Amino acid sequence: MPKDAAASAARTVDAALDTLACIDLACRRGNRLLFKGVNLQVGAGQAVWLRGRNGRGKTSLLRLAAGLAVPESGHVSWGGVDVRRASVYASVRVYIGHANALKEDLTVTESLQFLARLHGRAHDVPSLHGALERVGMASRRDALVRTLSQGQRRRAALARLALERSPTLWLLDEPYDALDVDGIDAVNRLLHENLARGGSVLLTSHLPPGAGAPDVAEFDLDPFAG
Amino acid sequence: MSAAFAAVYTRDIRLALRRRVEALLPVVFFVVAVSLFPVGVGPEPQTLRVIAAGVVWVCALLASMLSVANLYALDHSDGSLEQMLLSGHPPTVIAAAKAAAHWTITGAPLVLAAPVIGLLLDMSPAALATLVAALLLGTPVLSLLGGVGAALTLGLRSAGVLLILLILPLTIPALIFGSGAVGAVDSGISASGHFSLLGALLIFTALIAPLATAVALRIALE
Repeated sequence: MPKDAAASAARTVDAALDTLACIDLACRRGNRLLFKGVNLQVGAGQAVWLRGRNGRGKTSLLRLAAGLAVPESGHVSWGGVDVRRASVYASVRVYIGHANALKEDLTVTESLQFLARLHGRAHDVPSLHGALERVGMASRRDALVRTLSQGQRRRAALARLALERSPTLWLLDEPYDALDVDGIDAVNRLLHENLARGGSVLLTSHLPPGAGAPDVAEFDLDPFAG
Repeated sequence: MSAAFAAVYTRDIRLALRRRVEALLPVVFFVVAVSLFPVGVGPEPQTLRVIAAGVVWVCALLASMLSVANLYALDHSDGSLEQMLLSGHPPTVIAAAKAAAHWTITGAPLVLAAPVIGLLLDMSPAALATLVAALLLGTPVLSLLGGVGAALTLGLRSAGVLLILLILPLTIPALIFGSGAVGAVDSGISASGHFSLLGALLIFTALIAPLATAVALRIALE
């Protein structure tokens, strides 16, 4: 990772969030070694853009960072403790994967409410409606998820980010996927807010985050191919 | 912890209410399957009374197994399962909530439909009451075991058949003591022994199955 980019992305924070550290990480999918020797740190107030060709293991790395999968070798730690053992990690990690985790037969608000309840965030209706408004979904908040377009689903999934009040670590898999210009702007505003609070962001995207996106440190997975 | 249980349980019930026809399929299957027996075996009340308890139990078992195949599949494919496991709540609580919701949606209607279906097979009132009580203790066992099977076969092709092959052998004790209770009452002895064993089975399964389901879910997501 280019050090100057990381430094420019870092902001001064008071209640410092711990650092996510991937140390000498290797990941295997089936018989194929996706990557090896990956060392990556995401500190408080820092945003890292994970790039790499298709199939290079961006999503796999994000799942390792989230603690959903176990690495082939190396480890992922949060404040020095393995993420699969760190009990605080569950409350500071916000993982939004490729799948939107919305239920087809629930309304947008109900789907969001379930996720907010599950993760112990504010789940009263005004908060939920406020969050949906932030991502431009106010008019569709009572629509069934199965009637939404792909971009609207992505917006509804990302509305979870607008419920965050304290600095947290966001692990976002292709957050800009299927979003229009307004949607991208809304996501960028949320990213800026989290970074300003002292939160941190690790996101994957096959395109460079465009104008309006926060300063991101770039991390290219291609040189680590196994 | 109880917040996660309530969140998952109420969501699953709400989802079932949104898809009422689908949710009613197991109980419809149960009623139709049991009603085939008088047609196939012959309408002699004597014969029907003898086989009634076994027929009702086997059909309840199959109805439970049919509906349990999708217990985790949808949550797995839409990413909800990942979110549940990342929420920091013990996965055993999630597994218990899913099994409880499955019983409410499938098991409870089976218990309610059993007396009507029993009348069709000419069961005596005492036998009917025993049947309902036995199903009340036995169907949660089926939901709990089904949860283990659904988690173990998550993401596999032909998961439905594999699940039935895996879980049906484990349900045999519930089947034996459940239909045995009705047989005991029919032959004039107390069914309390059968009920004790069914109760013990339920407690044992309730302690072990969520743990096994949690481990299987973790493996499935890796």
